[in-house]
Amino acid sequence: MYRQTEILKDTSSNGADDLDEAGELVINVGPQHPSTHGVLHLVITLSGETIKNVEPHLGYIHRSIEKMCESLSYRQFIYVTSRMDYLSSHINNHGCALCVEKGLQIEVPQRAKVIRVLMDELTRLASHQLWWGAMAMDVGALTPFFHAFREREAINDIMEETCGARLTMNYMVPGGVMADLHPHFQKKVKEFITLFKSKIDEYDELVTGNIIFQNRMKDVGFISKEDAISYGCTGPTARASGVSCDIRKLYPYEVYSQLQFDEIIETGGDCFARYLVRMQEMRQSLSIIEQLIDNIPEGDFLAKTKAVLKLPKGEFYSRVETARGEFGVYIISEGATTPYRIKFRSPGFSNLSALNHMAKGYKIGDLVAIMGTLDLVIPDIDR
Amino acid sequence: MNNEELKIKLTEFIPSATFEEAGEWLTFFIDSPNWKTVAQQLRTTEDFNFDFLFCLTCVDWKTHFTMVYHLTSTKYRHTIVLKSKLDRNDPEIETVSDIWRTAEFHEREAYDLFGVKFLHHPDLRRLFMTDDWKGWPLRKDYEDPINMIKL
Amino acid sequence: MTEEKNISTEFPGEVHPTAGGGILISKLDEVINWARANSLWPLVFGTSCCAIEMMSTAAAKYDWSRFGFEVARATPRQADVIIIAGTIVNKMAPVLKRLYDQMADPKYVIAMGACATSGGPFFYNTYSVVKGADHVIPVDVYIAGCPPRPEALLHALITLQEKIKSGATREQIKTVINFSVNKTENYK
Repeated sequence: MYRQTEILKDTSSNGADDLDEAGELVINVGPQHPSTHGVLHLVITLSGETIKNVEPHLGYIHRSIEKMCESLSYRQFIYVTSRMDYLSSHINNHGCALCVEKGLQIEVPQRAKVIRVLMDELTRLASHQLWWGAMAMDVGALTPFFHAFREREAINDIMEETCGARLTMNYMVPGGVMADLHPHFQKKVKEFITLFKSKIDEYDELVTGNIIFQNRMKDVGFISKEDAISYGCTGPTARASGVSCDIRKLYPYEVYSQLQFDEIIETGGDCFARYLVRMQEMRQSLSIIEQLIDNIPEGDFLAKTKAVLKLPKGEFYSRVETARGEFGVYIISEGATTPYRIKFRSPGFSNLSALNHMAKGYKIGDLVAIMGTLDLVIPDIDR
Repeated sequence: MNNEELKIKLTEFIPSATFEEAGEWLTFFIDSPNWKTVAQQLRTTEDFNFDFLFCLTCVDWKTHFTMVYHLTSTKYRHTIVLKSKLDRNDPEIETVSDIWRTAEFHEREAYDLFGVKFLHHPDLRRLFMTDDWKGWPLRKDYEDPINMIKL
Repeated sequence: MTEEKNISTEFPGEVHPTAGGGILISKLDEVINWARANSLWPLVFGTSCCAIEMMSTAAAKYDWSRFGFEVARATPRQADVIIIAGTIVNKMAPVLKRLYDQMADPKYVIAMGACATSGGPFFYNTYSVVKGADHVIPVDVYIAGCPPRPEALLHALITLQEKIKSGATREQIKTVINFSVNKTENYK
């Protein structure tokens, strides 16, 4: 199931300089590898150090989630989606809750909507922080890793007080959120905002302006706008090539239509553009949190729903913008207490299919930079 | 274009398509022999310009399969859902991976989990399961007494 | 007399003061166990969500390098302990076994999280999940939680250290009871 290393016979007679005639080398990267961000197995065909073909082998964390959800009720299947893209676990849960609410026509109270958006944006910030730390570690800078985790711990503490867990929080339920905000929430978030504003400038100072980093990222891994659409890329990967695809702007849900924030679009299409998109998205998330933290309306945090939820016969699709792209939940229901078929449209799956296109012709060191900026979370791809 | 205009234009474009009432978007049933030409026309015709395939899935309805394609246009921002009925004993359909490159991986996944064969696919083999796995896991009649512990 | 001050209080031995210096007296086993326990190098192996909590434990707030786990090696040939952080599925099980075989003795295994302990939330109705990493390789310490807090992981690491120091790990038991060079079953 995984290919051995093979060196094909050198077809030229006395060692010609032309790389195209020299032998090709097939190597395995992963499944256990420090920079694959999970268990991704890549079979790379090299000619010298230049990449000819990258073939991802998936399935090393395929946990049969879609089959499992066919036997879970509509309140139970939400916990499983936390574990798919575990860095944006709130946003995944949000998508599922939205789909169930769409089917049952439940009206979510305003306070719950605002709380949901706050939690979403905090999660997006935490995910981008971890992305920044891990990506910088991959290209060789170890320090940003510790800086990123130090700030991430502040967000984890805020989440833990309200939701009970640090990473996989099953906080969003159909109808609202599971519990009210902790009394210290507002104060802690305000402290975090003041802390992070200075830190994000520090991040830019550390990494963005660094000449070595820029040389590794500029003009590497280019994908054009038409190709990005054809490969189904969404999220920062597509926005760096000029595709306007932010679900929060195109199909607004919850209170996003009333907030002031920009959709970040760059036209570079290379790794550096993807990096810049995410750095600016962090600033936008911070400004959204600032707009909302003083205006949380009073009221219920959970709408009244029946104890056992049964979606009517039909199909429902809801989409949210996670830190990686568009996450879609497609439920086909036959009127029972468990769904008939659930399909999760994961953002990483489509982003990964563009990896071969992006990496052809570059060197093996560039592949690590490209994978870092694609921001792949493999359990999200394998489901 | 909103749903009404799309419906009128599509029915005059593809006379064999039948309309179905489901979900929030326009849903059309296409027969499998016509699928490739229809898909090509939807991609290239200027009025439609469906260039973004964002969800490709298969549903097992115990008597037959249904392939479901969600398409949207980045220019006009309209969305449609195309469905195609497949025979359960020999599910085959034309591939669309040369029209929308994202379909390459999605079709491999549908083959792996359901057993649907995609004709002229560049590289149809299992994606998630091991290469020697027997059976199509997401089918409703899939039994696996060794691995699956039923609640 | 001055040599006594340089030896840490944890060291399982005694310094016998004699003229001209000091003599170290201790059981060799104890010293070896103490040395092994205090410098376990983990393998970089994380499959899913527990890997993030493992990274948090490695980061600045819950630093695990104060216990000796500083250097996380990427290659199993140089690692001592493998922390299985995440779910093991059928396709990954041979890879895990191969990594375990490539590690040099003495090696230890920690099963982190509910998925590695017993399949976790993916126990019922899944066709591809191995219900517990101990179906594949022998495990020394189990951690509960989904995902376990970094303090829980640190507690498990300390438990592993105590297990090594007290001589209760697999190869230490093997070397003591009924061990014979010629019996082939002793090499399993």
